Amino acid sequence: MENNKMTPLQRVFKTLSHQEPDQVPLFLNLTMHGAKELDMSIKKYFSSAKYVADGQIRMQKKFKNDCVNNFFYAPVEIEAWGGEVIYVDNGPPNSGEPFIKSFNDIKSLKLPDVKTTPCLQKVFEATHIIKEHVKDEIPIIGVAISPFSLPVMQMGFENYIQLMYEHPDLFNQLININKEFCINYANAQLNAGATAICYFDPVSSSTIITREIYLKTGFKIASETISKINGPTATHMASGRCISILDDICKTGTGGIGVSTLESLSEIKAICKGRISVLGNLNGIEMRRWDAAYAEKMVKSAIFDAAEGGGFIVSDNHGEIPWDVSDEVLFAISDAVQKWGKYPIIKNLQ
Amino acid sequence: MENIVSLLEKALLSLDKQRLNDLISKVNVKESSIDIIEKYLVPALEKIGIGWQKGSVALSQIYMSGRICEEIVEKILPAKSPDRKNQPTMAIAVLEDYHLLGKRIVYSVLRSSGFELIDYGRKNVNDLINHAIEDNVMILLISTLMLPSALRIKEVRKKFNQLNKNIKIIVGGAPFIFDTELWKEVDADAMGINASESVKLISNIVGGYKNGK
Repeated sequence: MENNKMTPLQRVFKTLSHQEPDQVPLFLNLTMHGAKELDMSIKKYFSSAKYVADGQIRMQKKFKNDCVNNFFYAPVEIEAWGGEVIYVDNGPPNSGEPFIKSFNDIKSLKLPDVKTTPCLQKVFEATHIIKEHVKDEIPIIGVAISPFSLPVMQMGFENYIQLMYEHPDLFNQLININKEFCINYANAQLNAGATAICYFDPVSSSTIITREIYLKTGFKIASETISKINGPTATHMASGRCISILDDICKTGTGGIGVSTLESLSEIKAICKGRISVLGNLNGIEMRRWDAAYAEKMVKSAIFDAAEGGGFIVSDNHGEIPWDVSDEVLFAISDAVQKWGKYPIIKNLQ
Repeated sequence: MENIVSLLEKALLSLDKQRLNDLISKVNVKESSIDIIEKYLVPALEKIGIGWQKGSVALSQIYMSGRICEEIVEKILPAKSPDRKNQPTMAIAVLEDYHLLGKRIVYSVLRSSGFELIDYGRKNVNDLINHAIEDNVMILLISTLMLPSALRIKEVRKKFNQLNKNIKIIVGGAPFIFDTELWKEVDADAMGINASESVKLISNIVGGYKNGK
């Protein structure tokens, strides 16, 4: 490592404190690409903590990533509750049929013990292995789905919206048990070596609910939950919009926000400046058809829109880069960050 | 007319059933049921759809207002009414994933617009192909949330082509919003960016059938 170069951890912490590090940090959320690197199926890759740890460490080196993800797949949390996980060959494992079949099922839900649940043990073990390898040089980013967003997989979106609007008591009962689970799971990841937790909360986005409902639900839930997570957090909207609630999000205690490609990065940065950091907002779905030149253009544009003054990390807008995104494009993103992201940012618009 | 549309839109977004029923009764005296739907409800739903696209309306509002609208239409224009739109057989399904909300919203908005369609729920590729052929479906709407599921629509098209079935495929869902070229990659006939846009797309296709295309 060059003498004047920061470690990824120093770089990330500096930007999170709203100061300019040596260069803009890059979070490439390559949750599945490790399987390609290890030449195995996605299902086999996620069957072992060692594979995931190895894959993540390789991805970090290959693309000069400024973080390592201990994230397996979103429905690992559903698996912990006894739900089904469906594997596909070319994408992230998906949640199966919701396990809450009727509103009354909420009354008999039992809180999974995160310390003894096998699928979560794999996440903790992978975190341990990664931590031993990266020590205090590279941040490990854990993920916990918010208590407010988890019900989409627990009971299906349609039933969940009905619960939210029409059954407030059962809604509160579900949120309370989910809150305990989320806090336990996030803190167990931090204990295992994670540096920070991504609080994944797409249902709070204004794509899904109005600000009026957010203030009564997602906002309160986030404030209460985040205050009990014993480490830094960044909230993620998983491609959902958030400008209309950004000011509120800044008050939940979170340290950052993962934002959508559907909204203006410069407008978002103006609201968040000096308050919370911004992560985004490369279009992951579209990235499949990018070429190297277009990838550079997109990275350059994001850096020019939001990097000045720190408080910004280049990332995709969903928190998970699709399986089909080529190495050529990923290298181009990484190279563009190195080329255009050196502080002070020089806005060469050519 | 514009004023009634705006008032309906407002009542739908605030989920005010009573106000909606009052507004509908007000115009009901002079207009036929299908006119009420086409002149007032469809434009109101269209405005809501545009609002979602622009970020001023939330999905939960579209879902709840769609359900209310569906109830109203069911009342003024029952499924078996002879005044229902003369249309080719249509069906809607979620392919592969278990994320059914988008499909439910499109289903509500189409029914609120006077169309009838078969709801297949969640289907895998083979089941969807078999059902669509068995039911003589002419227009198939496919909703997906996950990218791998969206990519499998191409298999549905391929099979229809192999069997010489001229079934129009309209796709929708998050992957198509984030990549506006994706619907062409999966060989769909069209993509609906929001639920009310699907009404326009279907009206165009139905118009095409009537003109012998």
